[in-house]
Amino acid sequence: MTREPVVLGIETSCDETGVGIVRGRTLLANVIASSMDEHARYGGVVPEVAARAHLEAMNPTIEAALAEAGIGLDAVDAIAVTSGPGLAGALMVGVGAAKALAVATGRPLYAVNHLVGHVGADVLADEPLEYPTIALLVSGGHTSLLVVRDLVGDVELLGETIDDAAGEAFDKVARILGLPYPGGPQIDRVAAGGDPKAIHFPRGLMQPKDDAKHRYDFSFSGLKTAVARWVERAEDAGEEVPVADVAASFREAVVDVLLTKAFRASADFGIPRLLLGGGVVANARVREEAARRAGLAGVSLRIPPLSLCTDNGAMIAALGAQLIMAGHRPSELGFGADSTLPVTEIQVARS
Amino acid sequence: MLLAIDTSAGSSVAVVDGDLVLAENSTEDTMRHAEVIGDMIRQTLDDARVEPRQLDLVVAGMGPGPFTGLRVGIAAARAFALGIGRPVVPAVSHDAVAFDEWSAGVRGAVLVVTDARRREVYWSSYDLTDAGAVRSDGPALCRPDELPYPDFERIDATQIGAGALGRVVRLQRERGEQPEFTEPLYLRSPDVTMPGARKRVTR
Ligand SMILES: [Zn+2]
Repeated sequence: MTREPVVLGIETSCDETGVGIVRGRTLLANVIASSMDEHARYGGVVPEVAARAHLEAMNPTIEAALAEAGIGLDAVDAIAVTSGPGLAGALMVGVGAAKALAVATGRPLYAVNHLVGHVGADVLADEPLEYPTIALLVSGGHTSLLVVRDLVGDVELLGETIDDAAGEAFDKVARILGLPYPGGPQIDRVAAGGDPKAIHFPRGLMQPKDDAKHRYDFSFSGLKTAVARWVERAEDAGEEVPVADVAASFREAVVDVLLTKAFRASADFGIPRLLLGGGVVANARVREEAARRAGLAGVSLRIPPLSLCTDNGAMIAALGAQLIMAGHRPSELGFGADSTLPVTEIQVARS
Repeated sequence: MLLAIDTSAGSSVAVVDGDLVLAENSTEDTMRHAEVIGDMIRQTLDDARVEPRQLDLVVAGMGPGPFTGLRVGIAAARAFALGIGRPVVPAVSHDAVAFDEWSAGVRGAVLVVTDARRREVYWSSYDLTDAGAVRSDGPALCRPDELPYPDFERIDATQIGAGALGRVVRLQRERGEQPEFTEPLYLRSPDVTMPGARKRVTR
């Protein structure tokens, strides 16, 4: 393929049905249908509700992406799809649709890794990403710290959450504070007037004793429990709960752990580059504090535009295009949805 | 000429031309719908020596069937139809089983029963007359000991044949019948627990 390939990417790993189209490194379309509103009443993502919504949104989202790109399917050179990690039943909708679309159009199919896709989103930025880079990917579904030496060939997992994802912790603490789902924006909103130093909440896996086994891992379940204890104690004492201070202090603890570990990895590996991705990057405090610490540490910080940080199909298309341009062969059609796909498997079932 | 896809039980794909099944591939494996669907569509087209653009429509078996697998076939049928710019026609999967019985000469009232897991079954009842197989009730979900129409001949099916589904849809279209169900026949609400009052972590 001499010209830059036009790739249509399909993403259904959680609650966003994402279809994106790229030409090489150029974004042509990025359409997302979210079932978040349906999950709001349950206080979290319900896998079966998400999977049902994916099925209903799939074709309309593909059509909307083609319309946004102003092209027909005949102009698409290849299809890319998320094989994992994510919710199995949700992933299967995208996998089934992508395979059928590939056979119907006679186009090659690239089955790719969702987490590496988050990193791949950055190739759509104006300047090319430099490697190696540390990548911190934080959402309601994952909290992962990676070292990316080559987007299409060498990605290593340094650490991940051993219990809740950071986004999940935001949702749970929002619930403790009587705030609606999703918790991230709610915590951000009420924390605006609060004092982040008012309460010192525990930082998970940050003790010297954690260093041997969990130097780059995360844990947010203890933090969530600490917030609940603190709120219950205040309520039992008949005190009014200082919601703004609790939210700000909780958020500070999460941001502190995330960034301390990310910059620690950067220093340990001598890699002065950090890429952020995932929906939690929408959090203003995460971005602000990352920029501050990056300035202090002399680390160059990359944050893709928000629409490419949350789960989306464009990042999957972008990774697919990179694989094609690197000469990778398409995936065999027999792959499945792999809810625990390791990050080292950038492309699945390569032929 | 049509492509029919059903994953309400195992997985089955067929190319049907008129009343003729040109090719059909099936597996009773109920765990690997997403894995097999792509190769199965491609193989069936190859077996039939048919190019995707020669097809006029795509038939999607809408169930009833266990959710996760059922969705794979519907997603595939819809995306395939989009890919060739042809319509997708939804069909009740049990209709294929009744049609097979009818084709084999069975007449009278029958009850098609398939596994719904969690100790429940899906059922649909049909009248099989010389004119054809007409669904009289269902599809519905119940416990095996609560099945209605005990005097009907019971047909337990473990596989839905896409060839039969394609043939029955062709007949229904010839008679000018519109699809009765256009959405997946889950017949069960998603398993969710509404959040109750917050539980204390301290006593
Ligand atoms: Zn994600």
